[in-house]
Amino acid sequence: MTIEDYAKLFFDYAINFGLILLGIAFFLTTVRIILGPTLPDRVLALDMLTSVSIGFIALIGIDTGFTLYVDIAIALGLVGFLATVAFSRFILARGQSGDTDQVQDLPFRDPHARSDRRKGA
Amino acid sequence: MTAIFYIIEGVLILGGSLFIALAAVGIIRLPDLYTRMHSASKAGAVGSGFLLLALAFNSSSTPETLRALAAIVFFLLTTPIAAHLLGKASYAVGYKLWPGSVLDEMPEVEPSAGKEVAAGRPQEEFFRGKADEPAWRRDRRGARQRWSDLGKK
Repeated sequence: MTIEDYAKLFFDYAINFGLILLGIAFFLTTVRIILGPTLPDRVLALDMLTSVSIGFIALIGIDTGFTLYVDIAIALGLVGFLATVAFSRFILARGQSGDTDQVQDLPFRDPHARSDRRKGA
Repeated sequence: MTAIFYIIEGVLILGGSLFIALAAVGIIRLPDLYTRMHSASKAGAVGSGFLLLALAFNSSSTPETLRALAAIVFFLLTTPIAAHLLGKASYAVGYKLWPGSVLDEMPEVEPSAGKEVAAGRPQEEFFRGKADEPAWRRDRRGARQRWSDLGKK
């Protein structure tokens, strides 16, 4: 085997490993969307989800030579950005209603104890 | 010569997908919204940027390379703005920091929905303290609870 064969082999393994890692990242981000205690967590995970899918599009374009989807990746990034902006405006307008259990899995007790003051939004 | 291209693309693919996977682990493991935002927006943008850069190396025709580079520039422009807006909105509404957070430099404001949020105190007073405030009180005002003190109670 020449050195080019070794490089090609490394490239193929890198593509497969990258696809596996992106699948794991997609799954973990979906878990945060389902279980995230507050609305901004879910919005953040949605933003992350669009960037993971852009990575997927790029990696599939490398793997199969199907680079038509790069345009779709640009449009997806635009849509994700606009969705995050609109959701943050919505969070600013909505206040903090309905997110009572946001400190449920924190290891420390809240030293400032402002929970009753913050509720009146 | 193609061996060098294969190796560069492989390293870029590995780096980008590792960045994205670490961002996802951080989005699961970190304790509150702001630290999760630190993980997700930075590492997600860098990861997909690396993958698009590998695509730009890989594609043989010039327009596809330029399209991938334009996508990278677009993400580097939009991702910090989105993260800043989301963090500012959720701080202004009153989502709390993790209790182990060391520093909170924003002024204390009452949570308000959709009003002028930071209009309560002028900036200079927030940074320097009031003009007639004695020095010992200014020092005490700056001291926040530390992370290492939290476990002792």
